[in-house]
Amino acid sequence: MHKHSFGPDVAHLEIHGNSVLNATLVDGLVVESAETRSGVDVDVVVKRGTKIKNPVYLCFGMLENGLQHIRMNVHFEEDAQAHFISHCTFSNASEVEHLMDAHIQLDAGAQYTYFERHIHSNEKGITVIPKAKIFLGENSYFKSEFELIKGRVGTMDIDYEAECGDNSVLELLSRISGRDDDLIKIREAGWLKGINSRGLLASNIAVRNNARAEIYNELTATAAGAKGHVDCNEIIQDEAQAKAIPIVDCRHPKAHITHEAAIGSVDSKQLQTLMSRGLNEEDAVEMIIQGLLRK
Amino acid sequence: MGIIELKDVSLSFGEHHILRNLSIDFWEGHIHAVVGPNGAGKSTLAHTIMGLPDYRGHSGDILFNGKSIKNLTINERAKLGITLAWQEPARFHGISVADFIQRAAGHNGESRIARDALELVGLEPDRYLIRDVDTTLSGGERKRIELASIVTMKPKVVLMDEPDSGVDIDAINSIFEVLSSLREQGTTVIMITHSGEVLKHADHAFLLCNGALVDKGPVEKLTSYFQRRCVPCTHKNVPDQEVLV
Repeated sequence: MHKHSFGPDVAHLEIHGNSVLNATLVDGLVVESAETRSGVDVDVVVKRGTKIKNPVYLCFGMLENGLQHIRMNVHFEEDAQAHFISHCTFSNASEVEHLMDAHIQLDAGAQYTYFERHIHSNEKGITVIPKAKIFLGENSYFKSEFELIKGRVGTMDIDYEAECGDNSVLELLSRISGRDDDLIKIREAGWLKGINSRGLLASNIAVRNNARAEIYNELTATAAGAKGHVDCNEIIQDEAQAKAIPIVDCRHPKAHITHEAAIGSVDSKQLQTLMSRGLNEEDAVEMIIQGLLRK
Repeated sequence: MGIIELKDVSLSFGEHHILRNLSIDFWEGHIHAVVGPNGAGKSTLAHTIMGLPDYRGHSGDILFNGKSIKNLTINERAKLGITLAWQEPARFHGISVADFIQRAAGHNGESRIARDALELVGLEPDRYLIRDVDTTLSGGERKRIELASIVTMKPKVVLMDEPDSGVDIDAINSIFEVLSSLREQGTTVIMITHSGEVLKHADHAFLLCNGALVDKGPVEKLTSYFQRRCVPCTHKNVPDQEVLV
């Protein structure tokens, strides 16, 4: 496994299989981990008022085949701020099961942004099942970006649920490219129960060959001033299939939620524009898909 | 012989005859205007020359420098030097202005090309290079960015569909300056328009009505069409029954 090199002021945690290879912390960040038979249990606390300047890196990898089950409790105390970057690397594996169960609690005023990038091999036997329950205290902010655009998806089943307190902001974004017989399932649900809480659920998916995608984005607003948007863009090619089920549930007259879903082949005008500049169809399609999946 | 010649081109969609026996020569190095009322077939003409998928089922032939391009795809025609600027340019998610322009020039990672092209169309490179070609741009900005991507191709023929559609005066003046510059470099420009103001920037004009060529000639001759709203016209809606130019 590639050993990353970080500066002394960059917090990081490296987990390979069910072993913690390396852990470096900074002031205000508390991490406790325990190896289990099938993975690692991790407790993360960002202490009250801590603002961690550099991203905190989480590196998960598997060289061989097997199961990696990560149970993670994350607690951002009041007014804590940090950006976490997680790399899940299974670039040499062919039969891997990566499970993640996360419980995330943001106290009042906390800000937590989380970017997770998966890099998979071109083998089909990878299964990724991340589940998260997120609780946003008042005036807190949580943003999660999930990206898998290199290698085979295999089977993916994402299930994130979030409850949003007063004046909190939730953003759940995903960008995934599937091919061959990959199976992508995403369920993201946000409950805007706090006054003036806001939520954005956005998915950009590209599937080709015989891949399948099912995207369930659900936003429920029960408080005055709650606002949200659900956005799903999917491009399908060949015999791939994509399904988007946006659920917009508004239970307060002063709440407002919108949704958009667009599924289909590559937009013909975009395609013809690029071709009229000399790109062949294959290159034009690839350029459009990469644009859709770009961070 | 023109750089683009249509020889007896007819195109129908079901029972609707959109282009009727069109034979037109577009001279090299000139700015041509194709004018006519709504539904005359002007945009269809441009799309047919470009070879868009829905417009390939025409009869007759289209020649480029004397050779038939009827069976060539869009990008094959583009490789010859023919390109199209849409009336409403496409928007792209996640594609930067820099990438959009550079790819048209067949380059990757060279921002000098994109920078020069943006300056040519009157847009400040530092403001636009990193932006996406998406809904955050105004209509005029997207038109100029599209023109920038066309300029980098060094095209031989540019088809411009309604160049003034959705743009302000500053933008349209900038666009016409670029078109004049292209003409000076030998590029042939074919503008589709129903605007008398746009017509004034052309060297030569063709008048279409109901899919047929009704008149052609110097701009001054066709200007009367705008002034008199297609009068004289004794063939309205029944071109088959009239002797046409």
